[in-house]
Parts: sequence; structure tokens; C-alpha cells
Amino acid sequence: MSERAIELEVLRYNPETDREPAFQRYAITCREEWVVLDALNHIKENVDPTLSYRWSCHMAVCGSCGMMINGEPKLACKAFLREYTGVIRVEPLRHFPVERDLVTVIDDFMEKLKRVRPYLMPKDVKALEAGEYRQTPAQLNRFKQYSMCINCMLCYAACPEYGLIPKYIGPAAIALAHRWNQDSRDGGRAARQPEIAATEGAWECSFVGACSEVCPEHVDPAGAIQQVKIRSTVDWYQEHLMPWLKK
Amino acid sequence: MARSNKPIVWGPFAAGGTVTALVTPVLILLTLLAGLGHAPDLLAYDAMRAFAGQWLARLALAGVVFLSLWSAAHRLRITCYDLGVRADTRVATIVFGVALAGTAASVLYLTRI
Amino acid sequence: MSRKPYVRPVTAEWIFRHPRYVRYMVREFSCLFIGSWTLLMVWGLKQLAEGRAAWSVFLDVLKTPESVVFHVLALAFAAYHSVTWFRLAPKALPVQRGEDFVADGVISGAHFAVWAVLSAAVLLLAGAF
Repeated sequence: MSERAIELEVLRYNPETDREPAFQRYAITCREEWVVLDALNHIKENVDPTLSYRWSCHMAVCGSCGMMINGEPKLACKAFLREYTGVIRVEPLRHFPVERDLVTVIDDFMEKLKRVRPYLMPKDVKALEAGEYRQTPAQLNRFKQYSMCINCMLCYAACPEYGLIPKYIGPAAIALAHRWNQDSRDGGRAARQPEIAATEGAWECSFVGACSEVCPEHVDPAGAIQQVKIRSTVDWYQEHLMPWLKK
Repeated sequence: MARSNKPIVWGPFAAGGTVTALVTPVLILLTLLAGLGHAPDLLAYDAMRAFAGQWLARLALAGVVFLSLWSAAHRLRITCYDLGVRADTRVATIVFGVALAGTAASVLYLTRI
Repeated sequence: MSRKPYVRPVTAEWIFRHPRYVRYMVREFSCLFIGSWTLLMVWGLKQLAEGRAAWSVFLDVLKTPESVVFHVLALAFAAYHSVTWFRLAPKALPVQRGEDFVADGVISGAHFAVWAVLSAAVLLLAGAF
């Protein structure tokens, strides 16, 4: 494997000394097959130990290393240097406050995730002795793609509505609520509706579809959100026009 | 958070988006042809009066006008917000006001045909 | 260690950051043409209700160069709305058959087919040929 000279332009921010972020350029020699995360690790180990960023698995399953690479939300461990020419610009994930360098404040997402109750609320509570819940492959496929979310927040960075409306609960949170709503074992849809069918829920989405385009796990949160809108609309008209019907 | 009443607005938007996707292009083509001097037979005065005089056609036309204007209004409202216009309530009042006024006007004219 | 998170401002330039956002705005702008064409037709209904002479005025307006240019643009934007709407339909209305889901292309294709048949029927019934 051969080597390649790379220039990275990284947005730096030190809250203790800086008033605002500024770019810093690093010129390094990389191996051809590296990803941007490898380049950042090389910089941190050999050039500038003060560079801060999140990462963990280096194989696109943990969702830690999301950042803007040449303006696109990507996982740094999945952004291959060979895909890029010229100077590579690396910035913290958009639409989140910058804590330090490439580290963002993700409290907003964590709080929203909790609000949608992304866990099983069983329809029929089963005692442990009664054995396991059983699902057919068809029942599994009904929610499987939405369960692939790794909480990387690339969708929040891609979503212009989240950028414009910080209260918007966002793609991943809705997709994860939908994952449980679609699960045959779950009976919690009514409990999740006050969050995802609120004004700040699915209704802020204008179906730009950027979230689904950048999702590294092909969850298709945009699809989930539209399905939530349709279901919520049917609910609403049923409740108001035919209140005698049980949902 | 409480469940929103947005479905009142979104339901007609989704229906209108579907209706306009299905019929608006061909209808625009009809009036374009008329503008180019190849007016379809239906656009002759007597033919249009006969068509628009039927109750079912009037209902359909009024429905299409309402759904078209409402879905366009909803999209325009969101577009304004996307472009940075913050006075959302004012924008909403104007766009949906125009949609409802246009619908009322079309109903009025249709009853006179 | 003191924290001072920096909030990056959001401006309208997001639209130009990637072609997908430009395409989204073009799709959204179709509402201006669909809306204004519909309002033009509402005026047409008024002219139709007022009588033969008024209807002639309407047809004459349609024949002006401004109207023709507007119609060509409106047709293009309306068609773009249709294409984007039908291509997104499978995302909103997934159909599960057995274990698997019906392919997106089939659902979109069905919408396009209905669009084509309906449009042909309207052209035929309106005597456009």
C-alpha cells in the first residue's frame, strides 16, 4: 500500500481561550487506504495532541465519530481518503453547539431520545416463566430497518428544519419511536403520540429527505416520519369524526 | 407536549398534493394549448357551460380548487420559513386566507353558471 | 475547566450547501406556479359565469405571450411536483406482502401509470386531439 500527502483543514475551538472557532490546517502523510478518522488519530498522536474528537469502534456501528467532512455529515471512520481530492475540511456535526474542536454538545438529542420512550412497553405483560415473545419474520421486518439506528445524529446535521427549528424532535427520535410502534410486542404507541405527534414532532418535517440520504445504516427516518404523519392524521380524523370507534 | 391539531392542515395538504400531482399538469396543458391557438373542444364557451353546469362537475371543480390552493398555501408557508421569514403566524394567516377566499370565490362563480 | 459551547448561526445559505437542498427548494417553489395557475382558473370561472363575452376575454388572456410563458413554466414545475410526489409515495405508504415489502419502483410505477392514464383520458374527453 502506498502513501499519500493529505491536507486537513479542521475547525478548532477552545472554550477557554477562543471567542469563536477557527480553521487550522494540518499537512500529513497518510496511507492510501485510510479513513478521515485515521488521519485525525495520526494528527493527535504525532502532530497535535490537543485536537479533540469523539470516536470508538472505527467500524461504523457505534455512531460516535459523526462530523462534517467537506460539508457533508459523515462518520469519520467511513469517510475514505480516496473519495476526496484537495484539502479535506473537517468540522463538528452541524446544528449542535460546539463543546471543543470537533466535539459537539449532544444533550438536546439525548433528551429528545428519552422523551419518545424508545423501549418496549409490552402490549401483554408476560411473566418470565411464560417464556419468550415470538415473532414471525414478517413481524420482524415491519420494524427491523428502524432498529438499525446507531444514534450517530448525522440526520440531525443534514435536516434543515432541525437547523431552523431547534425544538423539532428530529429524524432519529421519530424513527426510533416508529421502530417500537411497529413492533408487534409493543403497546406503547398511545404513550409516544404526545411526543411524536406534537407540533415539534413529525409536523415540523417537510420531507426534505436529507436525513435518509446521509444515514449510514439506511434506516430511512424520512419514511418513518411520513408514516407517523399519516397514522396521526388518520387518528385525528377518526377521533374527531367518529369518536365511537376504538383506535 | 400534547398531540397537535396539525392534521386539520396536513390532511388537506396531503390530499391536495396528490390531486395536483395527478390532474394539474394535464389541466395546465389544456389551457396552454388554448393559449397556443389549439383550444381543446371543451374550452369552447357552450361546452364549458354545459360541463360546469352539472352538479357533479361543480363539486369536483370546487374540491380541486380547494385542495390545490390549500396544498400550495401550506407549501408556501413552509418555504417562507425555510427562507428565514420568522413571522409564521402572519404568513399562515395570509396564505390560508387566500386559499379559502379563492375557494369561496370559485364556489360563488360555480353557482352562477 | 469552564464550558462555553459555541452555537453556530443558521442562515438561508443552507439551501446552496448541496444539490439535494436546491432540488428540494425547486420542488417547494412549484407551489407558487400551481397556486397562481389555480387562481387564474378561478378568475376563468368568474369569466365563464359572466357570459360569452367575458369568456372570450379569458381565452384572449390565455393567448398572450406572458400567459404562454407562464404556462410553460407552470407545466414544468407542476410536472416536477408530480414526479417528486410519486417517487416519494412508497416511503410514506409501504406495502408488506408476506415477509417482504413491495419494491419502491412498483408503488411509484403504479402512481405514474395512473397519472398517464388519467392525463390521456382528460385530453381525450376534453377533445384536445
